[in-house]
Amino acid sequence: MDVLLGNLDLFGPFFLTTIELFLISAVASLVLGTFLAMLRVSPVPLFRAVGTVYVTLVRNTPLTLVFVFLVFAYPLLAIIQLGYFTAAVVSLTLYTSAFICEVVRSGINTVPTGQAEAARALGLSFSQVLGQIVLPQAVRSVVPPLMSMLIALLKNTTIAAGFSVAEAGAIRQYLSDRGENQLVGLLWVALGFVILVALLSLLQRTLEKRWSVAR
Amino acid sequence: MSDVLFDLPGPKARTRYRVLAAFGVLVVAAIIAYVVYRFAASGQFTARKWEWLQYVQVQTDLANALLATLEAFATGAVLALVFGAVFAAGRLSERAWLRGVSTGVVELFRAIPLLILMFLFFYGGPVLGFPMPPFLAVVLGLTLYNGSVLAEVFRAGILALPSGQQEAAYALGMRKTQVMFFVLIPQAVRSMLPTIISQLVVLLKDTALGFLVIYPELLYYARYIGSQGLFGRPIVPSTIVVAAIYITLCLLLTALANFVERRQRRSGKRLELGRRAEDVALEAELT
Repeated sequence: MDVLLGNLDLFGPFFLTTIELFLISAVASLVLGTFLAMLRVSPVPLFRAVGTVYVTLVRNTPLTLVFVFLVFAYPLLAIIQLGYFTAAVVSLTLYTSAFICEVVRSGINTVPTGQAEAARALGLSFSQVLGQIVLPQAVRSVVPPLMSMLIALLKNTTIAAGFSVAEAGAIRQYLSDRGENQLVGLLWVALGFVILVALLSLLQRTLEKRWSVAR
Repeated sequence: MSDVLFDLPGPKARTRYRVLAAFGVLVVAAIIAYVVYRFAASGQFTARKWEWLQYVQVQTDLANALLATLEAFATGAVLALVFGAVFAAGRLSERAWLRGVSTGVVELFRAIPLLILMFLFFYGGPVLGFPMPPFLAVVLGLTLYNGSVLAEVFRAGILALPSGQQEAAYALGMRKTQVMFFVLIPQAVRSMLPTIISQLVVLLKDTALGFLVIYPELLYYARYIGSQGLFGRPIVPSTIVVAAIYITLCLLLTALANFVERRQRRSGKRLELGRRAEDVALEAELT
């Protein structure tokens, strides 16, 4: 208990950074992921190919490698310089969006074909069919796996700690500088994540109940 | 579904798609060209940045780093499979306390980030007086986390089996443990095999976290060779080479998963999974 109470100035701000990192990356990867899913079902073959190549490459690359590239290699290319926090957001977003894309796409496949056919019969265009008829229903049916993706994202934010972002995963290092017991500190960090994950699971169940479509 | 989202293109739509495609080609080509230009402008394509690959010593070290990755992967995979089978059986036990404990363990290790688990072993072990080599910390972390996910996969597979299997086994006079380990789990493994292999892809990717607990695996070596002034600090080439290795390994495993799935479908022995088992499968494949 002493390790937690004596170092609240570490635990508080660091967990806040984790949550901040999570929220920004979550919104960004939901947007990018949905956009990629739209590319993957679009009528233009080239767009489909771009989406497929992106998803295949990113899904098979370790997230840590994405971090290493963005933090150590990317600055040498001298394109736009990113701070550590931004680099972490970009890495997490690039990685998570590939998985979100697959979830949304599998959701699109659960919408009955009659919905899209009826929409087309009304004369709606591809973007209208997708944006106003299919995607709203698809997203509802994939709320549980989508939330699981976000839970995975929350846990993945800890990797940023290895790349100079002062967030929950880095608490250990600061504790050891202060000569505190690292094991106890890490157990508190683990408990913090268990609580955050439990909150997200609760949200998942609530949303599932409220939004699920009877089919 | 994806083929009913739009009408078969008529002459007008075909032109529109062509215009869009041309526009898309331009955008994609512009992005690629800019990136290639930046690579070239910052000297990443010069022979000096790539000559490290020609040294026999570097090649041997790279092969050793790859071996270290594969070693962690193989050990972690075997242990995680065993852990998963045991805890899946525990969660389906008739004894309430065993069910409770197994559920607790599985849920706990699924909620703690893998990196924190590795830190717990790597930095926590010495505090308790156990010196912890990085390899052990990596393997233990991989086992506990992926084992817990696999336990859920096995459990979903077992629950999806027709109840006649279990009843017939009991009718033959088998004990509970025999029913579980000789009848139910082998069939569950068979029906969930594609999902299990996908989870192994995740495990393979997660070995890269060893980088952060100083386990000398592929990514660690890429960073090491990338900081060598002797070779002109080739961090960009070295990450590209290592990324190619990881992607190839994962694609090989994925190809195996697809092959198994196709073979099962052809042989007609594939069990129809229930909705819940499919959800677990989808989730495991994506995380």
